[in-house]
Amino acid sequence: MKDEDSPLTGMLGHFALISMMAVGGGVVMLAPDIHRYVVDANHWITSVQFSAAYTLAQAAPGPNMLYVTLIGYWVAGLPGALVATGAIVIPPAALTLALMSMNGSGRFASWAGFGRAVRIGLAPVSVGLLAAGGWVLAGAAQAGARHLILAALTVVVVTMTRINPIWLIAMGAVIGALGLV
Amino acid sequence: MSRPTPLSPPEQTRRTPLEMFMAFSSLSLSGFGGVMPFAYRALVERLKWIEPAEFASMVGVAQVLPGPTICNLAVMVGLRRSGRLGAVTSLLGMVLGPMVIVLLLGLLFERFGGVETVQAALKGMSAVAAGLIFATAVKMGRSVFFNTGRRPFVTGLMALWCLLAFIAVGLMTWPLALVVLALAPLAVATAWWGKA
Repeated sequence: MKDEDSPLTGMLGHFALISMMAVGGGVVMLAPDIHRYVVDANHWITSVQFSAAYTLAQAAPGPNMLYVTLIGYWVAGLPGALVATGAIVIPPAALTLALMSMNGSGRFASWAGFGRAVRIGLAPVSVGLLAAGGWVLAGAAQAGARHLILAALTVVVVTMTRINPIWLIAMGAVIGALGLV
Repeated sequence: MSRPTPLSPPEQTRRTPLEMFMAFSSLSLSGFGGVMPFAYRALVERLKWIEPAEFASMVGVAQVLPGPTICNLAVMVGLRRSGRLGAVTSLLGMVLGPMVIVLLLGLLFERFGGVETVQAALKGMSAVAAGLIFATAVKMGRSVFFNTGRRPFVTGLMALWCLLAFIAVGLMTWPLALVVLALAPLAVATAWWGKA
């Protein structure tokens, strides 16, 4: 594959393409491919920056997918931030708008069975892609065993309780600052 | 046909695009740790713009469509209550404010990222962030693979697509577009053929 894309047009084309692959709701499942594209293939940012972008976006309010804003910013400044975010957000939003407009006139009723097959069928793929996202993020931080233990503890707490994840992120900051990971 | 369509919201519940922008900005900016619960509280419970059942079905559709669920939801709610322009302003409200905050955090990182304590704190946060993703995968996996009433063979096939997606994208780091294009038809066909 081509390795020397110009950052702005490269991000625009690639992010717009994969934005339509985020099936099942999470742009986090694009993380492995974005990492591959901006870190491994083009060397626009480092793995550490990638990890920081993702983590900072989780600590901020708003949609979790805004890590792409920071990645775009570090790749190509403010224009990069706008292009990256727009390329991820606008194509699916335009599709939603178009489909909902048509749906209003009731043209979709006969598609209900197919829609159900899409929803149920793509769910396991989404689970696999999500796990891949977690895997790549855990690797991108280039950390050791205690890092993984904290990640595993997070999984246990989140699956057993209904705590807001932002408190866990805050606890992670404290645990990290104390030098425990 | 008096049923209101998304394109022509009933007069009494119609909102201006500016109102949509403000509402979505405020709920998005209070959405620490995920916007969805805040969207529900604001749109369903506080503003009463959307009925609980309608919200649930909108989330369902927003999840099936590609792209961030919460942004798709913003488009749908905006369209329903304020027409096309409202759909655009709702989406902008959802994204613009948090974008500024994320960029400010990025600037702080550039300024203080070299400080040892900051680096250490970020390490802890990133471990939690990775854990959160796995946790979402586990939660989704529970509902996809367990107690579904599907035949074991169908569930087995679905588990295979899940595993292949993880290996191809996570371990082999193959391009996502190719992996999804290859797996999606198989996965949808499995669900179509194995419907209980």
